[in-house]
Amino acid sequence: MSLLELENVTLRFGGVTAVNKVSFNVEEGEVFALVGPNGAGKSTIFNLISRIYNPVEGDIRFDGKSILQTPPHQIARLGIARTFQNIELFEQATVMQNLLVGRHRHRQSNMWTELGFTPFVRAEERRHREAIEKVIDFLDLQAYRDKYIAGLPYGVRKVVEMGRALAIEPRLLLLDEPASGLSVEETQDVAFWVEDIKKQMGVTVLMVEHDMHLVSAVSDRVLALADGKMLSLGTPHEVQNDPKVIEAYIGVADEHQEVLA
Amino acid sequence: MRTVFKTSYDADINLFKHSAQRNWYILLLAFALALPFLISSFAIGEATNLLIWAIACMGLMILVGQTGQASLGHAAFLAVGCYANVLLQERLGLPFILSFPLAGLIAGVAGALIAMPMTKLHGVYLAIGTIAIAILTDDFIVIATPLTNGVMGLFAPDISIFGYGFNRYGNPVGLYYLILGITLLVVLGYRNLQRSPLGRSFAAIRDSEISAQAMGVNVARTKAVAFGISAGVTGLAGALMGHFAGIFNNETFNIILSIQLLLAIVIGGLGTIHGAFFGAAVIALLPQTIAMGRDFLNKFMASGSIAIPGLEAAIFGGILIAFILFEPQGIYGRWFKIRTWFELFPFYRRDMFRRQKSYLKTERMR
Repeated sequence: MSLLELENVTLRFGGVTAVNKVSFNVEEGEVFALVGPNGAGKSTIFNLISRIYNPVEGDIRFDGKSILQTPPHQIARLGIARTFQNIELFEQATVMQNLLVGRHRHRQSNMWTELGFTPFVRAEERRHREAIEKVIDFLDLQAYRDKYIAGLPYGVRKVVEMGRALAIEPRLLLLDEPASGLSVEETQDVAFWVEDIKKQMGVTVLMVEHDMHLVSAVSDRVLALADGKMLSLGTPHEVQNDPKVIEAYIGVADEHQEVLA
Repeated sequence: MRTVFKTSYDADINLFKHSAQRNWYILLLAFALALPFLISSFAIGEATNLLIWAIACMGLMILVGQTGQASLGHAAFLAVGCYANVLLQERLGLPFILSFPLAGLIAGVAGALIAMPMTKLHGVYLAIGTIAIAILTDDFIVIATPLTNGVMGLFAPDISIFGYGFNRYGNPVGLYYLILGITLLVVLGYRNLQRSPLGRSFAAIRDSEISAQAMGVNVARTKAVAFGISAGVTGLAGALMGHFAGIFNNETFNIILSIQLLLAIVIGGLGTIHGAFFGAAVIALLPQTIAMGRDFLNKFMASGSIAIPGLEAAIFGGILIAFILFEPQGIYGRWFKIRTWFELFPFYRRDMFRRQKSYLKTERMR
């Protein structure tokens, strides 16, 4: 049984079919990448998995169970964490507070105990702190722990968002363009982290990425999409050399050709 | 500048960041306790009024500053708390020590119930929706005349705890200490909220609903809880206002009060407990300051008295406009800057607190 299964998933916005009969399985412990030109439906698939949209057709299963009846806020509880393409951090909070929000899934206390801040709540807080301290160590965020997001540079924000998703302690991590806007060195860091997330933490990763160097360096399998349809599924090498993929890129958007080459 | 060496996670969890900060607050508390011995009994009444306003401001601050939901209907919760407290005492014969927390609870439940449909609205629509609550409350009080005595109003009995009476005129110092104690409890609850998961989920909703949801926060429920806690605290303030005023009717808690509350927390500084107190100080002391200024001017004017209708509202509006233009972070924001200037002297930079423009939300580098 695969960890995540999409079966004939279709989503239409009015007359536009954003996702057209897409089916793929993500196996436990692999890094699976979605690639494709702009408007191919990659981020829409992420939003379908996070239950922001409802598919008009098809089924999405996590760990064998359909998630189409699960409300959006319960997705994190199942063990699916995500980042956003345009960074959706809590701007008026520190890095630490942002990561602590990621621990919300593990909240055991309730409103009344928290208003009184009982010893139990304190013990829980210590446990949450310990967990996010591991994430801070993992992503080298020590220097930014008490800094407000509003003053942080773009690259660091990107990393904090990944950290917040890791604080959930997910089984499946959805990374929406983790390397967009990052320098070459930062992108290399991301590659190492994705590697470690998979190997050390045992977390399955599904990512959308345009940087084909990063994709071929870290992913086990790649799915190429264009206009909401599946083009090609296979190892990074197979997909890059698929004539249909090359045609889609050359035909649709020139700028990606040099990235691919 | 102080560098804090953190040796355990508790350093971040504790109420105070470091011992010096704790000592400053102990000093402030000592000042508050010593206040009745330093000022006249009239001024103690004003200080008591300030504390009641501070509780109301903290109530609204939880919703507006912490959770980012606007409300112009909080006078309604002041009214619910005030009427519930007095009616529980008069009709059911409950003592203050029971009726007061119950009044807060009733206002809180009312707030949470109203929030369920209301929080589906955002921004200015939410503000308009909550205005409707404030207006409706006025009418409900009149409709429920058998219970509330409508436009004739109700008299609040003296607060009595285990036979010890608290009266604004008979025992102003006792009332001051009682309300100071309640204020401290509310501040403690607010601080606890800020350092626990619920408070963080409030802030998460304020900054980004979509990612709060992705982190597992039930947005609709959390907003209702925020509304409930906010309305509950406001209800407590309403109950105290009733006792402080002695008599109240449907017009005591009108829409102007809602607006004043919202303006107070904006002037004080959104999102901080300090801001609630600064805002309360402005709103509670401004009418007296204007009255004193008027008396002062009268001494030099031959005509006798100066009566300018709406002077108070005009001055209040002017202060608000000035703050929004020159110090959007309120009095607390200004205070924080001054403090930082001294802490970093002589290294303070003028642009230190200038908000960086939001980063270009580009999809990727070319």
